[in-house]
Amino acid sequence: MTQFAERVAQPLRRLGQSVSTRIWRLGFASRFFFYMLVHSGTALRRFHLTMREIYFSGVLSLIIILVSGLFVGMVLGLQGYETLQRYGASESLGVLVALSLVRELGPVVAGLLFASRAGSAITAEIGLMKATEQISAMEMMAVDPIARVVAPRFWGGVISMPLLAALFSGMGIFGGYLVGVQLIGVDEGAFWSQMQAAVDVRSDILNGVIKSVVFGFAVCWIAVFEGYDAPPTAEGVSGATTRTVVTSSLAILALDFMLTALMFTGGNAS
Amino acid sequence: MNRSTIDLWVGIFVAIGFAALLFLAMKVGNLASFSTAQTYQVQANFANIGGLKVRAPIKSAGVVVGRVAEVRFDNESFEAMVTMNMDARYQFPRDTVAKILTSGLLGEQYIGLEAGGDSAMLKSSDRLRLTQSAVVLENLISQFLFNKAQEGKDNKDAK
Repeated sequence: MTQFAERVAQPLRRLGQSVSTRIWRLGFASRFFFYMLVHSGTALRRFHLTMREIYFSGVLSLIIILVSGLFVGMVLGLQGYETLQRYGASESLGVLVALSLVRELGPVVAGLLFASRAGSAITAEIGLMKATEQISAMEMMAVDPIARVVAPRFWGGVISMPLLAALFSGMGIFGGYLVGVQLIGVDEGAFWSQMQAAVDVRSDILNGVIKSVVFGFAVCWIAVFEGYDAPPTAEGVSGATTRTVVTSSLAILALDFMLTALMFTGGNAS
Repeated sequence: MNRSTIDLWVGIFVAIGFAALLFLAMKVGNLASFSTAQTYQVQANFANIGGLKVRAPIKSAGVVVGRVAEVRFDNESFEAMVTMNMDARYQFPRDTVAKILTSGLLGEQYIGLEAGGDSAMLKSSDRLRLTQSAVVLENLISQFLFNKAQEGKDNKDAK
């Protein structure tokens, strides 16, 4: 009897432990986030620290963002044309390409690429600094590692993300234009004018930018937290890097659903 | 890499990022054309608006002259009250007729304006008196069937 009770209790105990560990981590992550926001003054006052991080997470991500944006746009152009010409609406290709990029694909795909290109690098860097005890050394010298190391990386990523998403969308629309107008031969005037008639600056473009800013905050928060919280071993750092990519990808997709539901419900989009 | 090189690259990055945003706003969106233009508001009541949506175009002779700003149900007359933002460059007579039309067979619905002959022009917050509702397919079909049935009955009576 007691053996049976033990066998039932064991998994329950493990479940309870994993839930409480997760909640504890969430609490720690929130406390870490607010502490970092409060101590962001240094990152903004000594702006060259943040500049350096914009270079590492923004400028070095440019190539992958631009190239994938171009290809995503070209694929959209090909596939969209294939479907639209069945209904004799191939002139609406510009609308299709622009709306899907500006509203969804731009922020989401740029966010996913950013998480795997820059987010993982941030986590690995902070985690290794912790593993090689550079962080403890800073604490010894009375330098706050959160203000000196974490906050500049966070803000650098937050600034880079919306710019990368805008570049992705712009490049994608250019790719759609290349395939649709130059290759297939959709009328150029109709391509641009229908796009301009259908895309609204406030409800489409601004909402896309808001999405990318939110994704930037989410990815950078997850990346710096995972790095700071990583166990100071080689294994711990590699696990933290994986967790950054997985968690921030899931966060981007979940947040995207919520933001889309808020922004584009029915015809009364703000 | 030294500091000034990094600054240069970050500067280039931020500049092309903002250029992309500007491209999206000006070339892809319609920031330059309509939303900044001066408008005046005109209202119209319709017995049925069909599938008319906010931001649907208002056209006269096929040219877009405004956008639908608001669609509301008027609980006193039990009709739909449509508020239209009209481009201030275009003035219409007071007895202009507003119709709800469909672009193409299955396209979106818009408001078509036909200018009347009045010498007084519409002012802000005026109301259009002459309106024509959207065509509801079900009503059209039922009318047609009713006419057919009536015809059959008449033929039988005549025999």
